Amino acid sequence: MTSLVIAEHDNASVKGATLNTVTAALKCGGDVHVLVAGNQAAAAAAAAAQIAGVAKVLHAEGDGFTHGLAENVAAQVLAVAANYSHILFAATASGKNIAPRVAAKLDVGQISDITKVDSPDTFERPIYAGNAIATVQSQDATKVLTVRTTGFDPAAATGGSAAVEVLTAVGASAKATFVGSEIAKNDRPELTAAKIIVSGGRALGSSEKFMDVMTPLADKLGAALGASRAAVDAGYAPNDWQVGQTGKIVAPQLYIAAGISGAIQHLAGMKDSKVIVAINKDPEAPIFSVADYGLEADLFVAVPELTAAL
Amino acid sequence: MKVLVSVKRVVDYNVKVRVKSDGSGVDIANVKMSMNPFDEIAIEEAVRLKEKGIVTEIIAVSCGVTQCQETLRTAMAIGADRGILVETAVELQPLAVAKLLKALVEKEQPGLIILGKQAIDDDCNQTGQMLAALADLPQGTFASKVEIVDGKANITREVDGGSETVSLTLPAVVTTDLRLNEPRYVTLPNIMKAKKKQLDVLTPEALGVDVTPHIKTLKVVEPPKRSAGIKVPDVATLIAKLKNEAKVI
Repeated sequence: MTSLVIAEHDNASVKGATLNTVTAALKCGGDVHVLVAGNQAAAAAAAAAQIAGVAKVLHAEGDGFTHGLAENVAAQVLAVAANYSHILFAATASGKNIAPRVAAKLDVGQISDITKVDSPDTFERPIYAGNAIATVQSQDATKVLTVRTTGFDPAAATGGSAAVEVLTAVGASAKATFVGSEIAKNDRPELTAAKIIVSGGRALGSSEKFMDVMTPLADKLGAALGASRAAVDAGYAPNDWQVGQTGKIVAPQLYIAAGISGAIQHLAGMKDSKVIVAINKDPEAPIFSVADYGLEADLFVAVPELTAAL
Repeated sequence: MKVLVSVKRVVDYNVKVRVKSDGSGVDIANVKMSMNPFDEIAIEEAVRLKEKGIVTEIIAVSCGVTQCQETLRTAMAIGADRGILVETAVELQPLAVAKLLKALVEKEQPGLIILGKQAIDDDCNQTGQMLAALADLPQGTFASKVEIVDGKANITREVDGGSETVSLTLPAVVTTDLRLNEPRYVTLPNIMKAKKKQLDVLTPEALGVDVTPHIKTLKVVEPPKRSAGIKVPDVATLIAKLKNEAKVI
């Protein structure tokens, strides 16, 4: 029994979500191998070999892997899939994009967003936006899983010394090509990896006010910025800031929700945070029912006051 | 160009589901059912492509129980031209639905297949990608923009940290994200018109697809409750608590 973790990386380094996925793979029992499919990704492969608990790294080099296109990465996974009992991806935009292609080609059911490994074939996962937790058992020989990173601690990034085996890369699909990307560049921590998240809701009222009020607090705390769906839909914050069932699932040490009422879809994305602070002027806001510390106040007064006092 | 859109009947997004006391699942008896919101966005996108003259026919497909006909009628009221129900009482998992859709893709030969990125009941986020793999098609998942130019689909996708654009040869599979469009309200005349549109009923057997579940649900429980904490009177108290009690700043 051996598990294969598909590394998420930028060719130079391995992304944090891979570390949590390795932990989930170790819980499945047996050895853990990591696949790095990239373009000039020797540094990422070397980083993967350092992850504690990893027995072997498979490294495939190809033009088709530069931008992680699902068609190409899935084909590379399928080329080695027969050797593995478990194939795990982080439940990120990239992992969610690729994993089902692998499962379908293997003719196995995929288990998405696992939060716990009960046994090598039995897993727990949230359904209905986290309003219920299902325990499910795979009936297939190969288990294809996506891992909700907040459910597993990250494996240590160093301490391992796995051998790196070079694979023959599969050819790139001619049907899909990468055109370009717009990735916001900033110095803030990534939302899903941040220790502190400062999140704003519709009460902010405009994108200018969102930035004026929330950004200084985030800067002061070295926090990532998040937003409720209502705030994103209203155009106050970029799409990829959305925390919730259909956005990012986060579990930082501290989550500060300002002007967020706490719709069930939002709570689904942040209720595993260690400490939740809610700032809202509506005493009945559902966010208070999950908050460790609730401050009933106008965010336009309280947030700047908080920023100044820190 | 024909477009195939799949629509799923799910518990309405406003309903707070209750877990059954015997742990066998969630209670969906006498609960309002609606079209999966992401699928509504998928239908809307197809209708917009038709209004632009790019698409000639929109076929809505639903797989499941008899009542999915209602979901198909809603799709036709938004603007789908006809509907296909693949009727079965078996619990359908994403792999089975992807196989059913692949059989229909072979039969109908659409140039584009649009699906919601995930259903809000099982939250799987699998079917579109599985269909693409089985039918050997390229995929543009989590789409926030769809453009059809020179026989190719340029899909802007929401990814971690921003967005990216991929160019796909047609036929292709697209799955919708929240901000692709805002679905229109269905009007009464369109609801009446939808009732007269063609709706064919097939079975998995007729399509030659085995829909046996691959994943067994052992139990369903309520998530651990997070208990409400305390209210603090002012910012100073809040900071003191975060520093001394929670020790997170």
